[in-house]
Amino acid sequence: MRHLFRLQVGPVAFRIGSQWREPIAQLRRLYAGYPSPGGACDFTVRLEAERVWRRWLRPSVAIRGDYVLPDAAPLPLAQGLLAAEMGMNLQMALGQKRFLLLHAASVEKQGRALLLTGHSGAGKSTLGALLGERGWRFMGDEFALLDLEDGRLHPFPRAVSLKNESLALFDGVDPDRLGPVLAGTPKGTIRHLRPNDEAVARMGESAAPVMIVFPRFGRDFEPAVREVGAAEAFMRLTQASTNYVALGERGFEALGRFVTTLPAKAIDYADTKQAEALVDRLWAGK
Amino acid sequence: MRDARALVRLLADPASAAEVADWTPLIAVARAESLLGSLAWRLQGTALPPAVEATLEAARRDGEAVRTQALWEAEMARRALAPLGVPVILLKGTAYAAAGLEAGLGRSIGDLDILVPREALSDVERALLAAGWEWVKEDAYDDQYYRRWMHELPPLIHRERDRMIDVHHAILPLTARPKPDMDWMILASLELPDGLRTLHPADMIVHASAHLLADGDLAGGLRNLWDIDRMVRQFSGRSEDFALELRECAWQHDLAPTVARALRLARSLYGTPVDRRLAGRARMSDALYRRRLLARDGWGRSTRPLTRLGFYVRSHWLRMPPAMLARHLWVKARKRP
Repeated sequence: MRHLFRLQVGPVAFRIGSQWREPIAQLRRLYAGYPSPGGACDFTVRLEAERVWRRWLRPSVAIRGDYVLPDAAPLPLAQGLLAAEMGMNLQMALGQKRFLLLHAASVEKQGRALLLTGHSGAGKSTLGALLGERGWRFMGDEFALLDLEDGRLHPFPRAVSLKNESLALFDGVDPDRLGPVLAGTPKGTIRHLRPNDEAVARMGESAAPVMIVFPRFGRDFEPAVREVGAAEAFMRLTQASTNYVALGERGFEALGRFVTTLPAKAIDYADTKQAEALVDRLWAGK
Repeated sequence: MRDARALVRLLADPASAAEVADWTPLIAVARAESLLGSLAWRLQGTALPPAVEATLEAARRDGEAVRTQALWEAEMARRALAPLGVPVILLKGTAYAAAGLEAGLGRSIGDLDILVPREALSDVERALLAAGWEWVKEDAYDDQYYRRWMHELPPLIHRERDRMIDVHHAILPLTARPKPDMDWMILASLELPDGLRTLHPADMIVHASAHLLADGDLAGGLRNLWDIDRMVRQFSGRSEDFALELRECAWQHDLAPTVARALRLARSLYGTPVDRRLAGRARMSDALYRRRLLARDGWGRSTRPLTRLGFYVRSHWLRMPPAMLARHLWVKARKRP
């Protein structure tokens, strides 16, 4: 492929090839300061024209790679950065077998990690990114990587994808950390945020998970905390995992250990200030 | 990387791993050809860079889960079909795993393929439907197409486990020109401890060759050819008479030229030691097959579209006589929205 970018994120290395220059240039800018993989890449992502002529004529980017979704819709070239991000997610979701993959955000303090997981729209990603700006180390907002052998959590600090309404919460950040505004995507207007220097510098350091939190956002919610039993946490995490079934017995064992050794709480919140206060309270009382 | 030759070389000669400069294209090609698990087993114990070792170790572990799931699916079919008292013969990946063959090590396994006697087909169909399998395609023409002309039932999927089963009653479409002797093949099959069966070793190679060369467009061909390489080596090591058995089976099933071609291709790509009398002399057209088998670049993309198209057209040509093919394509084209 004509344009190439290699990227190390935590324990995973990607090779991204593109027929166009723009998506690769945008990736380089967004991931400035990330290490380049020292050896072989785990996954290959290809951004290529769906049909030969669509390389020039109304260019549209098909998301391909080692693993492909047969009916994934291509994106216009202006959203090529998003295509690359989706391509990396796709490889992880379908191909990652070294870790149990949980659709969750995670943050760390003093070597101990907190996992935030829930349905999309529950606010885990925004909350994780906000905590990462307020004294926690940001480990990732998309996938948490649970080690199948020792149960530790590995960082996967990719760029955070911020949707319309969350953008305002990050007003104060260094504009250099923000990607281009991507309007009219299937997920609305989004903009990527590079994790801060600490998150990037410490992407090789795993942490011991000590708490699972299921946040739930609603404008009219009263702030509340509820205990979640191990069985419920297990069921909810099987749904939040993209490779639980594929891992077979090892996935079952790892997730079983995870939910029986960690406390799990559900929190309701109406704004992010409340959520931060609830998380701090849970963390202090753990 | 212009084609998949580097992967083939590494499979044939693991010691050449020391000379690999860039592993990323190799991993991409191996994934695209469904050979990453096989490669991982082949390179086990070889000194490799840590990142490569981690990827291959994960592939080996993944292969164990794939194998467990495939054998469980076979067990589910066994339980559903046991009351019928008909022979149920495992085919392809599940058979290699169940028989503990080297070809099964790390092999990707998708659907469960079984072979049953043709006269038992409607009983088998009924028993599977009663045990939770359902039709994938609900289309009258496709259904009739499978039933009249194909060597298998339309695919079924299990509604809870979401796994497909292909029920074969022959190893080639009924419309294909070679006519394998299915009664003979079923009679020669071997029983496994749990009551399921596999083909006789020589028939396994006949079937793998037919699947590779006489039925389809050579998609996944490098993997199917690797199966053949592993089996030829393993079976020849077990019995000195194996070459003779294979020769007899190939003739018996009307597939001697097909098996011969498969052996020549295995020899030239994987260095497989083959019986010269059966393999015969190299032919000009072998180069075309190699060209098709290796049509994959270092990004995992399929290449050589014209060669691919040629083999695609050939696959239909092999499957049915021209008039039937024309009618089939006409019906298919009119149905397209």
